[in-house]
Amino acid sequence: MAKTHVSMTINGQEVEALVEPRTLLIHFLREQMLLTGPHIGCETSHCGACTVDMNDMSVKSCTVFAVQANGAHITTIEGMAAADGTLSALQEGFRMMHGLQCGYCTPGMITRAHRLLIENPDPSEDEIRMGIAGNICRCTGYQNIVKAIQYAAAKINGVPFHEAAE
Amino acid sequence: MNDMTPTREERAEKLQGMGCRRKRVEDIRFTQGKGQYVDDIKLPGMLFGDFVRSPYAHARIKYIDKSKALAMKGVIAVLTAEDLKPVKLDWMPTLAGDVQMVLADGKVLFQNQEVAFVIAEDRYIASDACELVEVEYEALEVLVDPFKALAPDAPELREDLRGKTEGAHGKRIHHNHIFNWQVGDKSGTDAAIAKGDVTIKEMISYHRTHPCPLETCQAVASMDKIKGELTLWGTFQAPHVVRTVASLLSGIPEAKIHVIAPDIGGGFGNKVGVYPGYVCAIVGSIVLGKPVKWVEDRMENLTATSFARDYHMTTEISATKEGKVTGLKVHILADHGAFDACADPSKWPAGFANIVTGSYDFPVAHLEVDGVYTNKAPGGVAYRCSFRVTEAAYCIERAMDILAQKLGMDPADLRMKNFIQPQQFPYQSALGWEYDSGDYPTALKKGMETIKYRELRAEQKAKQEAFNRGETREIMGIGVSFFTEIVGAGPSRNCDILGVGMFDSAEIRVHPTGSIIARMGTKSQGQAHETTYAQIIATELGIEADKIMIEEGNTDTAPYGLGTYGSRSTPVAGAATAMAARKIRAKAQMIAAHLLEVSDYDVEWDIDRFRVKGLPEKFKTMTEIAWAAYNNVPQGMEPGLEAVNYYDPPNMTYPFGAYICVMDIDVDTGVAKTRRFYALDDCGTRINPMVIEGQVHGGCTEGFAIAMGQEIRYDEMGNCVTGSLMDFFLPTAVETPHWETDFTVTPSPHHPIGAKGVGESPNVGSVPAFSNAVNDAFAFLNAGHIQMPHDAWRTWEVAERLGLHK
Amino acid sequence: MIPGRFDYYRPSSAQEAVALLAKLGEDARPLAGGHSLIPVMKTRLAAPEHLIDLGGIADLRGIKVEGDTVVIGAMTTQHDLLNSSVIAEHLPIIPETSALIADPQIRYLGTLGGNVANGDPGNDMPALMMCLDATFTVLGANGERTIKAREFYLGTYYTALETGEIVTSIRIKAMSKATGYAYEKLKRKVGDYATAAAAVVLTVSGGKCTSASIGLTNVAETPLLAEDAAAALVGSALDKAAIDKAVAAAEAITNPAHDARGTPQYRTKMAGVMLRRAIARAMTRAHG
Repeated sequence: MAKTHVSMTINGQEVEALVEPRTLLIHFLREQMLLTGPHIGCETSHCGACTVDMNDMSVKSCTVFAVQANGAHITTIEGMAAADGTLSALQEGFRMMHGLQCGYCTPGMITRAHRLLIENPDPSEDEIRMGIAGNICRCTGYQNIVKAIQYAAAKINGVPFHEAAE
Repeated sequence: MNDMTPTREERAEKLQGMGCRRKRVEDIRFTQGKGQYVDDIKLPGMLFGDFVRSPYAHARIKYIDKSKALAMKGVIAVLTAEDLKPVKLDWMPTLAGDVQMVLADGKVLFQNQEVAFVIAEDRYIASDACELVEVEYEALEVLVDPFKALAPDAPELREDLRGKTEGAHGKRIHHNHIFNWQVGDKSGTDAAIAKGDVTIKEMISYHRTHPCPLETCQAVASMDKIKGELTLWGTFQAPHVVRTVASLLSGIPEAKIHVIAPDIGGGFGNKVGVYPGYVCAIVGSIVLGKPVKWVEDRMENLTATSFARDYHMTTEISATKEGKVTGLKVHILADHGAFDACADPSKWPAGFANIVTGSYDFPVAHLEVDGVYTNKAPGGVAYRCSFRVTEAAYCIERAMDILAQKLGMDPADLRMKNFIQPQQFPYQSALGWEYDSGDYPTALKKGMETIKYRELRAEQKAKQEAFNRGETREIMGIGVSFFTEIVGAGPSRNCDILGVGMFDSAEIRVHPTGSIIARMGTKSQGQAHETTYAQIIATELGIEADKIMIEEGNTDTAPYGLGTYGSRSTPVAGAATAMAARKIRAKAQMIAAHLLEVSDYDVEWDIDRFRVKGLPEKFKTMTEIAWAAYNNVPQGMEPGLEAVNYYDPPNMTYPFGAYICVMDIDVDTGVAKTRRFYALDDCGTRINPMVIEGQVHGGCTEGFAIAMGQEIRYDEMGNCVTGSLMDFFLPTAVETPHWETDFTVTPSPHHPIGAKGVGESPNVGSVPAFSNAVNDAFAFLNAGHIQMPHDAWRTWEVAERLGLHK
Repeated sequence: MIPGRFDYYRPSSAQEAVALLAKLGEDARPLAGGHSLIPVMKTRLAAPEHLIDLGGIADLRGIKVEGDTVVIGAMTTQHDLLNSSVIAEHLPIIPETSALIADPQIRYLGTLGGNVANGDPGNDMPALMMCLDATFTVLGANGERTIKAREFYLGTYYTALETGEIVTSIRIKAMSKATGYAYEKLKRKVGDYATAAAAVVLTVSGGKCTSASIGLTNVAETPLLAEDAAAALVGSALDKAAIDKAVAAAEAITNPAHDARGTPQYRTKMAGVMLRRAIARAMTRAHG
C-alpha cells in the first residue's frame, strides 16, 4: 500500500506526515518527529517505556499504529514542562525524590504519572503502585518513584508534602 | 567578620560536597526526555542492521541463501561468516580467553545465535529482509544439562577445540570441559570436614538469570573512509576496553578509533562485553563507508546476550558441636553456555568466587570450580555482583542457615558466633583475600535490634504452633543474610582485562574563573557519577559541586579506564579523583602561599580556602587561586591548575551488610508476601546518602526478582522458554516490597576517602535473605534445602510434597 | 519488533467494516484495541494483509440499559467499564474483573469485544461472560445474529465466529442487588494472564443457595463453564461439604497448559483455590 497521510497534534504542535500503515506510533514519534524522549524497552507491550498521553489516555505507543493516531492529540515527555521552561510538578518531584537513575523509564513513567494524577489527584501509596504497574523500572525499585509522585500530588494540590521514612 | 560572613557550616553546605544528599545533575535532562541514548543517534545516510538467528540450539548449517533478501529494495548487504573470514572476524576473542563465533561458522550452538547480518536502509526493511534469508539446518543432539556435560557420551559442542587439551586456564579433561580452577588447602580442608563434630553437605544452585537492563544493547558504527577513522557509539560499560578490542580486531590504530558511550539505560553487567552486533556494525560500516546502527530487541537481549549465574555449588561445612565452623569445601559446576564469554579479570575464570568464606572465620577452606559448555547462550557476566560474588554469597549464606538448622541454633546467633572479629582486620581469608575492614557484630546487632528479631522469632514459633493446630494456612519465615563482598577490581598485579591492569583514572582541570571539568575512565549507566564525583572534588578542592562538570564515556577525552561494573567506580576511579584533586590542592597550596606572601607550610586548608596559620582572616579561596594559576604563579612554576591520576588500588574493598527479610507464605497457593525487608549496608565513607539508598532499593528489587522467580530457562531441546517479558520476571511497583535502609560506617583504611562502593551489595545481600526466608518458613516442617527460584508453583510443590494440602 | 506490511482501512460503520472483511477475505483482520493483535503481529506470528480498524465506529461504543438487559458496545474499553456507573450498578462483577486485566495503559485501549472475540484462553472476560450467560450480537456480510457466550468458545483461538464476522455488542442480564459475586484471579504479577481464575455469581434465600454460575479462566484450551461445580452449590447451605464438592467438580474439568505459571497439577489445584475464595467472597455479598 502507498503511504498514508496522517495529521495530529503533538505537544501542542500540529504535524502532518506520510507513514506506512505498519509504522508503530513509537517509531513515528522517535524517527520522524524526532521526539526521542519515549523509549523502547521490549516488544511485547510490557515495559511501558514508550508511554505517551494520547487523547487524554495513557497509551503504550509501541502497540498503536501511527495511522490509528490520525487526528489525535498527543503529549510526550517533551511537552510536560511549561512553555517558559518551568518544569512540571512531576519533573521536579522526580528530581527532588531521586525517582530515577538511568533515566530510561523516566519519560514513560512521568507521562503515565501525569495522567494518573488527573484520574486520581490524591492517590494512596497502593493506588500509586497500581497506577504505575504498566511501567517497569530496573534501577529504582519504585520506592522513590512513589515519593516523587506523592511530592507532585502535594504540590499540585497545594498541600505540604511529608516524605515517608525509609 | 560580621553577620554577613558565612560560617564554616554554611561554607561547607554551599559546596554540596561529600556526605550530602545532593540532587542529581543527570535528572535535569532525563526528566525532560533529553537524554542521549544510542538509539537516539541519527546520522546522515545511516543504515540499519538486524540479525537472522538460529531457531535451533545445536545444528549444522547446510546452506544459507541470501539471494531473496539481497533482491529486496532497500537491502544493502547480507553478511555471513564467509564474509567475515577474509578479515578474520568470523570469530572473536572473549574476555575469558575463549573464542566466540561472530556469525555462525558451519554450525550453531545455542538458540538465537547470530547466523547472518542484514544491512538495510531502515529497520523495517531490515526486519523484512531477515525473513527472506533462507537457512537449512541439520539438527544435532542438544546438551542443556551441565551435569551431563562431562559424561563420556555427551555430544561434542566445540568442534573448533577438538584435540585441544589446554585451555586458557589450564587443562581440559573432556571435550565440553573449559577449565578447572582451585584455591585453598585441599588436604587440610578434607581433614577438617572428616573430623568435624557436625557437618553439612548440600548442592546449592544459583540458577541462570539475566541482567535485563531496560535499554537493550546497541551500537552505531561510523567509518570515515577518507580519514581512516572509526567512530563507535555504543552501550559500553567499559568504552576504553571496547576501543582497544576494536583496534586489535580491525587493525585500525587506537588513536583513530573514537568510542563514545553516551547515556546508557542501565547496564548491570549486560553491557561489559563485546557482542556480535557491535562487530557486525563495525564491519558493515568499514565495508560500506556509511554509518550502521544495530539495536537488538528484548527477546534477542534475553536469549543471546550474556546470561548471569548458573553456578551449581556442592558445599560442605564442618563445625564443632558448639557451632564454631572448622572447614569449608565447595565444588562448583559452572555452566558457561556455548562460549566462555565470562567478563572476568583474565586470571580469574571463576571471578572472585573465593570470597565464599564470606563473613566467617574459617580456619581452612578449599574451592574448586569446573566450567563446562552447554547449548545455551554464552557468558556469564556479573549481574550487579562483581564477578561471581552473588553466587559465593548465596552459597555461604544458604549453607550457614543449613548448618544452623542442623545444630539447632538460631541462624543469627550462628553467624554472630563465627564472625571475623573487628580486631582481626585486615583479615587474611583461608582462600587468599585480605579483607580491609569490617565490624560485623555491630552491624548485625543493629539490624536485629531495629527489626526486633527475638520478638519476630517468638511470633514465628507461635505461628508454627497455630499452623500445626490447623488454625492458619500461613507460615512465616525470617531470612538472615550477612554478606561480605569484594569489589573495586583491582590491583593490576592480579587483576587485568585482556592484559590491561584494572587501575582507573581521573583527570581534573580547574578553569581560570574557578569552575572545573573532570573526566574519569569509568562510565555510569545510572549510578549518578556526574553528581557524586563532583561531590568528591567539591570537598577536596573547595569549589561548589554545581561548578564541577563531570564527563565520562568519550575515549578521546577521558583518561584510560576499565569502566563501571563490579562496584569499582568509587573504589578505583573515586580514589583517582581524590588523588588527582590532592595533586591540584598541593599546587594550590603553593600558589596560595605565594599570593599571601608566606611560606608553603604557613598556610592550612579550611573547607574552601587556604588561610595563614594563626591568622584566619588572611586567606585565599580556591576560586582566587584558580585565577592566579593562570596569571600569577610563583617563579619557576608552570601555569595552569590540573592533574591526572591513574590509580592502581593496593587492594579490593570489602563492603558488607546485614539484611533481614520477614516473609509470610500461603501454603495453599505458594504465594510469598514480603512483610518487611531491612537492609543495613556498610560501604565505608558515604558520598551521597540519597544515591546510596536508591542503589539499595534498586539492587534489592533485582534480588527479590531473582530469588522469587526470575530465570532464564531452557527445555530439553534447548528452547529458551523465558525469552520475553511475558515470562522473564520483572516485578512492577505492586509486587516490589518496601525497603528499609540503614547503615554503619567502617571506612576502608587503604582508600583515599575511605569509601568502598555499594552498587552491587544489595543484589549480593538480598537474594540470600529472600531465599533463606522461604527456607526458614518451611524449616519446622523439615523440608530440607529448597532451591531457588521460589516461584509460587515451586513453593506450592514443596508444601504438596510435605503433605500440607491433605 | 516490526510487523509485516498490510493495507489499512478505517470504516465509519459496522456495515462498512463487515463489507470490507467480506471483500478482502481471510487475510483481513478486524482491529479493536490492538493489544492482543498488534503484539502478535510484531513477532510476525500473525501477518494479516489487511487491517480493518474498528476504532472509528462510534456505534460500537457505549453502554445502555434495555429493560433488564445491559447492552455493551464491543469497542467499549476496560477503562470505560471501570468508570461506568451503569456497569457499577448493574454488573459490578465486571469492573472487579476489568481491574485485574493487564495494566492501566492497556485498559485504556483494550476492548470488551476484543477480549471476548479473540478466543485466547488467557483472557479474563470470556469465562466471566459464560458465567453471566451473556449473548454476543454478531454482524457479518450475511446479516446479524446472536451467539451465546456459552456456545462461543470452541478451541484455542477458535470461536463460533465465521470468517468476516465481528462482535458488535454484548448483552447481559443485569444482576439483582441481592446477588453475590466475585472474580478471584491468581497471577504472578500485575499484567500477567491468570495462573488460574474463577468467576462466581450466586444467589441465596433462606440460608440456601438458589442459583450459582461459575466460570474458570486459563485452565484449559477454552474458558470453562463449571456446570457440575455450580450444580453442587445449588440447594446447599454453601457449607464446607458442598463447596468441597464444587471444587472437586471444577478441578475435574480443567486441563491447563504447562508454562512458566506452573505445572498442570498446580494450576488445576489453583483453579480450585480460586473457586473456593471466590465462593467465600460471593457469599459475603449475597443477601437473602
